[in-house]
Amino acid sequence: MSVQAEFIKSIPYFSGLGQAELDSIRGVVFEKKADRGEMLLFEGEPAETLCFVVAGAVKVFKTSADGKEQILHIIRPGDSFNDVPVFSGGANLANAEAMGAVVLNMIKKSDLEVILRKYPQVALNIIQVLSQRVQHLVSMVEDLSFRNVTGRVAKILLEYAGDGAGEKPRLTQQEMAAMVGTAREMVGRSLKTLEGEGKIRLDHHRIVITNREALREMAGVTL
Amino acid sequence: MAGIPVIDREKCQGCGLCVSVCTCGVLVLIDGKATFVKREGCNICTNWCTLCESVCPNEAISCAFDIVFEDS
Repeated sequence: MSVQAEFIKSIPYFSGLGQAELDSIRGVVFEKKADRGEMLLFEGEPAETLCFVVAGAVKVFKTSADGKEQILHIIRPGDSFNDVPVFSGGANLANAEAMGAVVLNMIKKSDLEVILRKYPQVALNIIQVLSQRVQHLVSMVEDLSFRNVTGRVAKILLEYAGDGAGEKPRLTQQEMAAMVGTAREMVGRSLKTLEGEGKIRLDHHRIVITNREALREMAGVTL
Repeated sequence: MAGIPVIDREKCQGCGLCVSVCTCGVLVLIDGKATFVKREGCNICTNWCTLCESVCPNEAISCAFDIVFEDS
């Protein structure tokens, strides 16, 4: 159950800190492991700990009254979740579930406050991380408001395409649907449409992006 | 293990719907749980049709995709 020093140094929150500072932070960080499907946080419960993903992926999502799921983020190694309620003193904003076997590092809210007072650099890092989070959410609002389903699916495919080395989580059609705010069947249809247009190729359990530029155009990605 | 759908044995209630829709015929119920079996001369799940995943009332089967660029 040891917390790795190398990992703490790599977290954006703690970048730019010296060894002594990192060592004192390591003293208040504890590890937790979870299996696929295990719930890590429940929406509405008081926020007691800040969580960082060390290995694996965590799904942060909200569910509607009639059971529809909307994924807000997929948290990958190095990133944190539950930041906003820990800092603003409220309840968890969303649910968090392990997408596969995960290893987490956690800090209690009270210990985090001590760290923030001692090391102002951490506060500056946190501001930067939260600003990126805001950018991501604004982009998501833009997608849900302005883009059609196939365009949104195209954007997800571009975001999640890896080099096959297994660094990004594998996605089911249901997960893609929860991320783009549509039904599973629509994702299936969008994938078939994109394949028919020659932008992707469905190769068994792999979605191969064959025409990156055309897919970017479809996704409305201009950068 | 990529290439084979994942069955969550705790969620599986043994209803057999997946067995009836499997287009490759590689799903059977063993001890009341859906299980993949290898047939002579073919791979398990030749098509990745994901019908088993869509028909399961308990979300017990998961057919996840790898998303890759062609040139990698």
